[in-house]
Amino acid sequence: MDETCDIASPVKRRRAALLVAVLAALLILPFATQALGYGSLTSFATRIVITAIAASSLNLILGYGGMISFGHAAFYGVGGYVVGILYAHARSGEAIWGLMPGTSDLAVTLPLGLLVCGLLALLLGAISLRTSGVQFIMITLAFAQMIYFLFVSLKAYGGDDGLSVRRRNEFFGLDVRDDTRFYFLSLGLALLWFGFMARLVNSRFGLVLRGIRQSERRMAVIGISTYRYKLAAYVIAGMGAGLSGALMTNYARFVSPDMLHWVQSGELMIMVILGGVGTLLGPAIGAVVLLSLESVLAAYTEHWQVILGPFLVLVILFWRGGINGLISRLTGARCE
Amino acid sequence: MSLFIEQILNGVQLGVALFLLAAGLTLIFGIMGVINLAHGSLYMIGAFAMAWATARTGSFWLGVPFGLAAAALTGVLMEVLIIRRLYARDHLDQVLATYGLILFFNQMATIIFGRQPLFLAPPSELSGFITLLPGMQYPVYRMVIIAAGLLVAIGLYLLIARTRIGMLVRAGATHREMVRALGVDITLLYTFVFALGALLAGFAGIMAGPLYGVTAGMGEQILILTFVVVVIGGVGSIRGAFYGALLVGIVDTMLRAFLPGLLRHFMAGQEADALGGGIGSMGVYLLMALVLAIKPKGLFPAHG
Amino acid sequence: MSDVLLRVENLAKHFGGIRATDDLSLDVRSGELHALIGPNGAGKTTLISQLIGEMQPDSGTIRMNGIVINTLSTPQRVARGLARTFQITELLREETALANVALAIQARQGHSFRFFADARRERDLLDPAMAILRNAGLEHRARIHVAALSHGEHKQLELAIALATEPKLLLLDEPMAGLGAVESQDMTMILKALKGRITMLLVEHDMQAVFALADRISVLVYGQVIATGTSAEIQANTDVRTAYLGEGNS
Repeated sequence: MDETCDIASPVKRRRAALLVAVLAALLILPFATQALGYGSLTSFATRIVITAIAASSLNLILGYGGMISFGHAAFYGVGGYVVGILYAHARSGEAIWGLMPGTSDLAVTLPLGLLVCGLLALLLGAISLRTSGVQFIMITLAFAQMIYFLFVSLKAYGGDDGLSVRRRNEFFGLDVRDDTRFYFLSLGLALLWFGFMARLVNSRFGLVLRGIRQSERRMAVIGISTYRYKLAAYVIAGMGAGLSGALMTNYARFVSPDMLHWVQSGELMIMVILGGVGTLLGPAIGAVVLLSLESVLAAYTEHWQVILGPFLVLVILFWRGGINGLISRLTGARCE
Repeated sequence: MSLFIEQILNGVQLGVALFLLAAGLTLIFGIMGVINLAHGSLYMIGAFAMAWATARTGSFWLGVPFGLAAAALTGVLMEVLIIRRLYARDHLDQVLATYGLILFFNQMATIIFGRQPLFLAPPSELSGFITLLPGMQYPVYRMVIIAAGLLVAIGLYLLIARTRIGMLVRAGATHREMVRALGVDITLLYTFVFALGALLAGFAGIMAGPLYGVTAGMGEQILILTFVVVVIGGVGSIRGAFYGALLVGIVDTMLRAFLPGLLRHFMAGQEADALGGGIGSMGVYLLMALVLAIKPKGLFPAHG
Repeated sequence: MSDVLLRVENLAKHFGGIRATDDLSLDVRSGELHALIGPNGAGKTTLISQLIGEMQPDSGTIRMNGIVINTLSTPQRVARGLARTFQITELLREETALANVALAIQARQGHSFRFFADARRERDLLDPAMAILRNAGLEHRARIHVAALSHGEHKQLELAIALATEPKLLLLDEPMAGLGAVESQDMTMILKALKGRITMLLVEHDMQAVFALADRISVLVYGQVIATGTSAEIQANTDVRTAYLGEGNS
């Protein structure tokens, strides 16, 4: 709302131009990589696009709402398992609890994944949000671990080994086994999600959420019951992670308790931090950086975490604001 | 019946180990306001150092002090190099920096010792069984763990309640400026507290080594249980950590031991085992949810 | 004028061995500006926190318009017309002054479960917020971020936000604290302009301001009200002189 951040300001125009360029690059990416003979890059880009949704959903509660959840993998993994389990039942022909037949149509599995994750987030959030601060960190981590153990013990769905999804889901009869098609499907859903986030964070709801991060006490004395808004944000974030997980299972044709592991929660947090906390596109940038960094390091050594760990420590100690902060400095003042 | 008592004792033994970790974690948080995810790494480092020294020297009794020293020293280094810079930061920075440390330590352990768990037997003096009741035997080593853990708990209580250092520690938590005004070097005090926490964690790791094997990542498995303990007991409260640890240790052990058997009365054996195992491993988390539903600040909240 | 808007009876709150509020009783009449004075540590801020619901009393009742509000949450009390300002300002530091007030307007308009429309450009929110800032003399600072405002402006903004909730009873926790002489005078003028329209309970150390503004004054010492009366009555009261004024203004 500063004068410098007016629509017509050079800063805003430069950022808009950058955004358009990135979008254009994303749209021609599969064709360009194929033409250049790096076809596998499309697959890698798909992974980034899907992961960015999960990181962005975490950013909603962590960056905008100030709720430091260390259990976001719970929703990511459960979203993945919804697809995996429905597929397993579709193959075996057995109905789930004798009620619902399995399916491998994304038009069913995606909404159902969102629904299940939303309900789970409602339940876990309702309990976790009774606490705050360091207890909230611990309890979200603990609940995610609980879900992890639950799926490890579900031998019917592969237990430790997880479930294979031999064929990607269909989407209204459209075959998305083709990598390029699946890339565009994921990209489309990611753009929808980020568009939703862009609206959300500046809506009445979004302003309340940002206010809660800055001073919950202030929010209460202007008459806002913060709990219900935090819970609603938690549910939306859970659904976002579920969407990402459901896509990821389709992408990898596989789901296992690893998706629920606390290390997964940690990775999502790193992406949010690397990209810049509480910024719209920060998590996407963080996903690009972390996943690229991992695959580059992994090419040199299987023990890449030995490098990533200290790198993370250094980033936290000496380089706040993340990469998005850096971009802001390069393109001019920060505009929200 | 004797199986029941044995499982209770196993629960107490797990509880004692959890207490050693939870006490350090909650002390560090209560006094310095830092949440240290890498607390589990100190547990792992203690165990690895002990296992390594025991293998080299052939003596468990040389391995133990070596493990303790390694954990405490790592703790001091960690505090001086990194944690110290996080006191004034928010929890998010603390979580991520210490998460980075976990990645580093776990991977280092894998590089040095490989992925296979190291197994080592308890020392011959502590192997074998003692007869607790007629017809009921219990491993000496586990009994020693319980005794050692309880002794440490008492020692910790005396240290904090009765000594000058303990007085400073208690005052440092609430009246930082006052402690500073007394001419006490608060930087040194913080390093001491962190080292103490590291020592306790290392001790827990050393005792756990011969029972569960020593492996990279062992710290995080127990760290998350420790979080459950701290949340149930009340953040910042040593007393809460003690009761919470025993509660979690016993409930976890009992559910895992008896739930599948109980369920077998109602359903087929295989399903009962799977479901019992699942609920058994979820049990303490459900307990945590229950406690929080009734007392959001835990059973023994530290302030007010 | 004489119906009681807020009635506090036998309120008690202990912290360990300290009685912050000790069997405290107090009436605030509809329409009056009721000042609450007392030495540091007398429990004034603790009382305000209990009235607004941030702190639960150990015992005693708080009635507004005859209805007990003890069990209501802070937002529920705000909905019934209570508001408070903070001595140590509690503002959204990353937002502009305008956004701080607009958020209070938004809260008053009902729930905020609206997810799409850009609330930063809603005339429904910005126009009334701007009007309030104009009255508070902050119009020209509306689009400045809170972090860049002066201490005096923070204090004015505190008041503006509280007014945006359209309170019936405004609890003011030392609105003059830390202000210079001129700023103090401005604040006094603003409060004077509000007198009669809004009932106010004013906690303040600035005696000049208190005697200039208050219809009635209550003196709080060690968590208890030891005297209530007009300015003249309080200045003449010997108990007050020995317990408080005699010790010198703190």
